[in-house]
Amino acid sequence: MGGKTVTRADLCEAVYRKVGLSRTESAQLVEVVLDEISDCIIRGEPVKLSSFGSFIVRSKSERVGRNPKTGEEVPISPRRVMVFKPSNVLKDKINSALIDGGQGTNPGDD
Amino acid sequence: MIKSELVQRISEQNPHLYQRDVEHIVNAILDAITEALARGDRVELRGFGAFSVKNRPARVGRNPRTGSRVEVTEKYVPFFKTGKEMRERLNN
Repeated sequence: MGGKTVTRADLCEAVYRKVGLSRTESAQLVEVVLDEISDCIIRGEPVKLSSFGSFIVRSKSERVGRNPKTGEEVPISPRRVMVFKPSNVLKDKINSALIDGGQGTNPGDD
Repeated sequence: MIKSELVQRISEQNPHLYQRDVEHIVNAILDAITEALARGDRVELRGFGAFSVKNRPARVGRNPRTGSRVEVTEKYVPFFKTGKEMRERLNN
């Protein structure tokens, strides 16, 4: 599902249209925002963006995995992973647009 | 870090911008991602990760306490897959 892929360029365009900055500066600021969020997560600090969601770092302990092709057991080293927990506002917006609002239409059709 | 702290940190590093503008920038980015997902689009941010929407078809669930059948309607859930660079940076 989902027709298009939105990229940094589209985010820069959105910033350019909504804020009175040049295209170059809009692009730089998108980078600054993503970097600031990334750095925070890398430090292990959760990032909570109200009405959007939270990025949280989880520490996983070592476990035994299995190569699905050979069935061979392989140890999976302890690691840190980041998870995104969407806010209820975000979930509601998506559902109201794709289910209530988009009844009978396939969102991937356009 | 919450949104207001993110705005504040970015404002401190970019003294030529008004804090209000930084707030607009952060909101514009989050809104653009939200709107894309609400259209069923995917948002791919190289080095960070990708947001997409997954469909959960309607199903018959069960109330675990009473065991009674409950109709669960179809829904869409936002999903985030961590980017390669983020995954590596978290573990070095």
